[in-house]
Amino acid sequence: MPAVGDNTARARALLTMMERIRAFEEQAVLAAERDKLVLGAIHPSIGQEATAAGVMSNFAIDDIMLSTHRGHGHTLAKGADPLAMMRELLGRQGGCCGGKGGSMHIADFGVGMLGANGVVSANIVIATGAAHGLKMQGSDRIVVDVFGDGAINRGPFLEGLNWAVVFDLPILYVCEDNRYSATTCTADMMAGKGAAVRAEALGMRATTVDGNDALAVADATAEITARIRAGGPPEMLHALTYRRGGHTSFDPAKYKPAGEAEEQTALNDPINRLRDTLALQGLSVAEMDTIHNEAQAEMIDVLTEAAKTPFPPDNMALEDVQDIGSPAQEAY
Amino acid sequence: MEKMTYAQAAREAVRDAMNADKSVWCVGEDLGRGGVFGQYIGLQDEFGKERIVDTPISESAIMGGAFGAAMMGTRPIVEMRFSDFALCATDELVNQIAKARFMFGGQSRAPMVVRKPMGLWRSSAAQHSQSLESWYVHIPGLVVACPATPQDNYSMMKAAIECDDPVVYLEHKNIWLLEGDVDRDQGYEFGTAVRRCEGQDVTLVSWSDTANVCEKAAATLANQNISAEVIDLRSLWPWDKNAVLESVRKTGRLVVAHESVQVGGFGGEVVATVAEHAGNALRGPVRRVGAPRSLVAYAPNLEDQMRVTEAMIVAAAKETMGL
Ligand SMILES: Cc1ncc(C[n+]2csc(CCOP(=O)(O)OP(=O)(O)O)c2C)c(N)n1
Ligand SMILES: [Mg+2]
Repeated sequence: MPAVGDNTARARALLTMMERIRAFEEQAVLAAERDKLVLGAIHPSIGQEATAAGVMSNFAIDDIMLSTHRGHGHTLAKGADPLAMMRELLGRQGGCCGGKGGSMHIADFGVGMLGANGVVSANIVIATGAAHGLKMQGSDRIVVDVFGDGAINRGPFLEGLNWAVVFDLPILYVCEDNRYSATTCTADMMAGKGAAVRAEALGMRATTVDGNDALAVADATAEITARIRAGGPPEMLHALTYRRGGHTSFDPAKYKPAGEAEEQTALNDPINRLRDTLALQGLSVAEMDTIHNEAQAEMIDVLTEAAKTPFPPDNMALEDVQDIGSPAQEAY
Repeated sequence: MEKMTYAQAAREAVRDAMNADKSVWCVGEDLGRGGVFGQYIGLQDEFGKERIVDTPISESAIMGGAFGAAMMGTRPIVEMRFSDFALCATDELVNQIAKARFMFGGQSRAPMVVRKPMGLWRSSAAQHSQSLESWYVHIPGLVVACPATPQDNYSMMKAAIECDDPVVYLEHKNIWLLEGDVDRDQGYEFGTAVRRCEGQDVTLVSWSDTANVCEKAAATLANQNISAEVIDLRSLWPWDKNAVLESVRKTGRLVVAHESVQVGGFGGEVVATVAEHAGNALRGPVRRVGAPRSLVAYAPNLEDQMRVTEAMIVAAAKETMGL
């Protein structure tokens, strides 16, 4: 975390993280579409980087984070190694999960990232329990749980948030509202006004923020986490962003209103918005371009390197299932 | 040796484990008042509200939350009240808990015991009577335990709490008050069956309360000069194939009995395994005794239609002998 008061350094760090997330996902999309090296689905968060970078800039490595199927950004911003992540996307040895999880199950316990999830909303109760466990242990670590706008229509949202309030747990729920749930506009399928008012109905403080303004996200999260770290109750951050592409990298998103994505790209790109702010603060275009170019170069190398890595050995299919009754000993 | 009921035995195992290990805790609805079947009576007074945790009626949060806390290094005992309600937390158990270690390449563990009281019990009808053990055997990542006696409910509960894998722990509601001797020092290893009676003519394989019914059936058969060997599998994954195969090689005959629906039941797995590995030893037809593929009704006579009785097991054993 950058020093307090050093606003330009902080903004610069956010820009760097956002450029790295963007570059990682651009390479991941190429690996899927151009190279056919990503075999399963990937869910890019292109256009949503400010939420990941801004939120995670307030969490330490040993704080706990759980994420979603659209979690590359959160994971990188929590401190994971992009090469291990790319290897995971390609199903290779040395991937964060040894190639057994892929994009939707990326986890890196070494940086407190307890898993993306292939089941919408499921991470909410698990993250809540992690916070419960930390509180039981008297730990000063806290938990951040990210989920989408679609996730608030499943039961675990209610069960998890109610539980967190009842047990007064050290957790921040982040609803990363990109307006879409797969191919559905979430508003069409949602009663009421969404995540923040639902949290408030449970007595949980909720803050709504422009999720494409990295500094605003970082500031709002800083205030919230300061309260939680001081022993305050659980809170919600409702970050309003926009999913620029399709649901998966292969989804052309024809169902979106004409011009919507183009307009968002032109006017509401979180990277461009932060660049504009930084330019006003006196950072040169050349310096910002260097950040961009370095991020691009880093992730091009990451993909090149990941593609050279072998697949895991076949016997891994039977490893790490369970100790008692392990299929490595007896599978039938 | 101490005399205990089946319910007390598990409670003592939980108490002993909680005294031995501060990271063990229990979580579920109404635990402070002892749990619906009294399995937790006195424990909240002894261990406090932080370790015997009363919860909202939120099965997903109980199961999923316990998993999150388990990943933080605690060892939760999850109470689902009735195995039927555990279905509200199926995603948490099957998609999350059972799979996390594998999906995450070995980074996580879920050392937890999931207690799911199962089975027929006094006009409880279709949503409070099910035996779904075979479902869980089908889920890689889970250990499946079905204790049938007070001793096993002590020893198996302790082993389940000490185990680093998630254990689906299915106690039978019909035998909470069953009394027996318990030796606290008697250990248990998952995947070991117990031979409840020794016999020469026919092997009766079972688990959970039906193993107790098999023992009675063996006594009845003995009066008719038929010597039945009763194998109580105790855990269904892993399960003690060798005990079954050895017994069938000796007796040449096999009956598998379980309270759950026969179709797709674990009995089919036992029979298929015997056919594959000891088919030559069989001297008579194999019999499965399970519930019809119907639902448990409230009216006692209808409920009885679903019951696997001693008489049915005796008849099946005789059929394998051509009697
Ligand atoms: C329980 C469940 N239902 C459906 C799906 C299929 N699915 C995957 S992502 C998704 C949309 C989720 O929307 P949201 O929570 O807003 O997250 P976003 O994709 O926008 O990041 C759906 C329906 C799923 N993975 N899990
Ligand atoms: Mg969404």
